[in-house]
Amino acid sequence: MVASHYFVLAEELTKEFRAFIDPEYVIVDAETQRPYECDGLSMYCAMPLIVLLPETVAQVQRAMQICHQRGVPVIPRGAGTGLSAGAMPREDAVVLSLAKFKHVLDIDPLARTARLQPGVRNLAISEAAAQYGLYYGPDPSSQIACTIGGNVAENSGGVHCLKYGLTVHNLLSVELVTVEGELVRLGSEGLDCAGIDLMALITGSEGLLGVITEVTVRLLPVPEQARVVMAAFDSVKAAGDAVSAVIAQGVIPAGLEMMDSHAIVAAEAFAKAGYPIDAQALLLCEVDGTVEEVADHITRIEQLFLSLGATLTRVSRDEDERALLWKGRKSAFPAVGRISPDYYCMDGTIPRGELAHVLTEMQHMSEHYGLRVANVFHAGDGNLHPLILFDASKPGEFDKAEEFGGRILELCVAVGGCITGEHGVGVEKLPQMSVQFSPLEIAQFHGVKAAFDPAGTLNPGKGIPVLKNCQEYRALDPGRGHVARQHPEGYEQA
Amino acid sequence: MPASIRRDMSKHDVTQELIEQVNCARTDGSTLEIVGGGSKRFIGREAAADARIDAGRHRGIVSYEPVELVLTARAGTPLQEIEDTLAQQGQMLAFDPPHFAGGATLGGTLACNQSGPARPWNGSVRDAVLGIRLVNGRGEHLRFGGQVMKNVAGYDVSRAQAGALGSLGIITEISLKVMPRPAASMTLVKEMDAARAIVEMNTLAGRPRPLAGACWQDGQLYLRLAGVQAAVAGTASRWGGEVLQHESNFWRDLRDQRQPFFVDGEPLWRFSVNPAAPHWRDGADWRFDWGGAQRWLRGAFQRAELEREAGRAGGQVTLFRGGDRAGEVFSTQSAALQTLHRRLKEAFDPMRIFNPGRLYSWM
Ligand SMILES: Cc1cc2nc3c(=O)[nH]c(=O)nc-3n(C[C@H](O)[C@H](O)[C@H](O)COP(=O)(O)OP(=O)(O)OC[C@H]3O[C@@H](n4cnc5c(N)ncnc54)[C@H](O)[C@@H]3O)c2cc1C
Repeated sequence: MVASHYFVLAEELTKEFRAFIDPEYVIVDAETQRPYECDGLSMYCAMPLIVLLPETVAQVQRAMQICHQRGVPVIPRGAGTGLSAGAMPREDAVVLSLAKFKHVLDIDPLARTARLQPGVRNLAISEAAAQYGLYYGPDPSSQIACTIGGNVAENSGGVHCLKYGLTVHNLLSVELVTVEGELVRLGSEGLDCAGIDLMALITGSEGLLGVITEVTVRLLPVPEQARVVMAAFDSVKAAGDAVSAVIAQGVIPAGLEMMDSHAIVAAEAFAKAGYPIDAQALLLCEVDGTVEEVADHITRIEQLFLSLGATLTRVSRDEDERALLWKGRKSAFPAVGRISPDYYCMDGTIPRGELAHVLTEMQHMSEHYGLRVANVFHAGDGNLHPLILFDASKPGEFDKAEEFGGRILELCVAVGGCITGEHGVGVEKLPQMSVQFSPLEIAQFHGVKAAFDPAGTLNPGKGIPVLKNCQEYRALDPGRGHVARQHPEGYEQA
Repeated sequence: MPASIRRDMSKHDVTQELIEQVNCARTDGSTLEIVGGGSKRFIGREAAADARIDAGRHRGIVSYEPVELVLTARAGTPLQEIEDTLAQQGQMLAFDPPHFAGGATLGGTLACNQSGPARPWNGSVRDAVLGIRLVNGRGEHLRFGGQVMKNVAGYDVSRAQAGALGSLGIITEISLKVMPRPAASMTLVKEMDAARAIVEMNTLAGRPRPLAGACWQDGQLYLRLAGVQAAVAGTASRWGGEVLQHESNFWRDLRDQRQPFFVDGEPLWRFSVNPAAPHWRDGADWRFDWGGAQRWLRGAFQRAELEREAGRAGGQVTLFRGGDRAGEVFSTQSAALQTLHRRLKEAFDPMRIFNPGRLYSWM
């Protein structure tokens, strides 16, 4: 389609939208649209046709109906903190922002639930629940900014997911506007529902199956106590083994995070948390629960770390010290941002036992590409976040970083893991989808998509690759793709 | 911990047989009833299929890594075999699945979304699932999810199976998150009426104490504590109540529905509702589990009437056992949800081979 066609379309749509949405919230001028051109993965950007900020569910429904009738693509958007370009616009599409839906609708302290509009920020849920001694479990590092709608769309995790689960484990009900503009409710106030678990399909669907307009989450009682042990190691392998040893003790820590030497140095310079800057690896292991439980576990874990060669340990004595020890970890991304002009955050998951191997391999790749890589990650559940450091102003350097990143994800698949633990596929990881999944599996995903969105106008071009492109990606390098993962029987029929 | 299990499953003859049976059904246009251990044949509608496919033969633990907290088993593996293997490593299936009359398999447990009394605290079978393999209605053997704790690549087809009652395909393999067993457990009993028990169970569930079970029957509230010894003992002394002897038998009988209440032939209705929904229909034959989120009602009732009551309580009702199983037994789906169900069925099983009419007459 040509530019003038979009111009006419934008004019007509604007008129239609402004008939029922505050004209100020139907954004057509490039300058006001600019903040919407990308999400947290700012290397991927494009301008939208129109940005809409509806204020009621009825407006969302009406807007969806109009777009559906005209076959105009719609891209749902929360806070735009996504890290896989899931909310990236396109020139022929309407960006539907849920930013105006900011209300905590209801908290039921007895049933321990919160009913939320989709634009409520993750942290705001726990803040609103605190007066009842309750909180919301999943805590992405972006929790001051990201929305619950975005969390559902990405199935977001956080530091405390090993013990308290991902978004999918903490949802009771989701209200959805379908691509046709119909309102449906999935789940209930109970713990399960009859039939196919549609809520499971919606969680992590990256805005491809429907627009989330309300979310009911489960709240948890705030633990009596939480304490953190910091332990330094002189090799990544020793730290990796220590992670497995904690689990083998029968303890499920509330959080178990690891940083490598680049990350330790950067985080310490930024947060002054008292991290030993000469350590090769640092673990932060938090236990929470009853006072009795924490007392039991914290000593066991500290002793265990020392017996496994920790060069230094420190246990938080009070809330201030706990906050300080976490401060470095929580600000690790911006901290790394200070030691490099740009960084690219990856998100593969591996079996914990492969940690040392994968980190060593990554170091080799780092040398090959001539780019540094810092690692800060959820070690307890094997979710890696390698940060590839690069300089976008140097021609070709982002391309190199991207290729490096892709190779890391393929390595994750090769050791039995996956290409994304919590950031989603978006646009970014489309090529690697064909490494993790066979063409038949991808075709089945398209079947699921078509069940919700037969015309394919909801967030098109994200999440699931077009099969033709998978073949092209594999053809680039025969060493890629299915050789990386043994496809057992049945696949040969593809 | 001792070495992990990694069994060579390179001889995929049983898998191949399943695929061939599906392919035959496709060619003849016939339908298949998927049977695992047969322990849950009473669940769902009475529906006739042309032939049975024995998914229970497809069994065996494929891999188990205690340190990874991950177990992968063929779907026909009996729960008992899995639980025995886990117990040797001090681990367990946290969702505490019902075995019913015995022989229950992992695949059937996921397809029927069955979890035991610990479910509100430990999560459900659906929550524990990390990935599956499935033969769809085109005879394609597909893999979804994975064997790691977190995986958001592609739609969550694995968890979508929970409650689908086999309508999307034959689950052949399941990877699960497993958990360490608690060091200690104890059950407290208190006399209490139904209405008060609902409030009490919810109030206690809101406290940061190691609650792992809460049920009510015959005027008694049962609270199960599980965790570190000191925390269990400390909580018991704070909360009070009689200490129940042989507590694990009690919870097992409840989980497996061994008590006459569940199996004496009367229609058995299962409400899955807001745990704090005030008690209603006082005087009827009720039992509560899941801290009030799962409520069992025994007797002959009008389904439509119970559906209205379930709706008011924020949830759904199912005719779980007995009664009229030729009509619908699961909660009525809205028109929009029916459309989604039908289209998903079409996407996985276009020739409608698997378990026709078992979930809904229209599926
Ligand atoms: C510094 C930083 C740290 C991060 N740390 C973590 C972390 O620890 N764990 C983690 O999981 N993620 C993390 N993220 C990623 C990101 O914050 C999450 O993916 C988050 O859930 C996105 O929420 P959002 O509101 O910003 O959604 P957006 O970025 O606006 O959108 C994300 C996707 O969801 C869709 N979407 C958004 N809202 C809706 C809706 N209402 N209905 C339907 N679809 C919708 C969009 O189309 C898009 O595909 C981090 C990001 C940053 C920048």
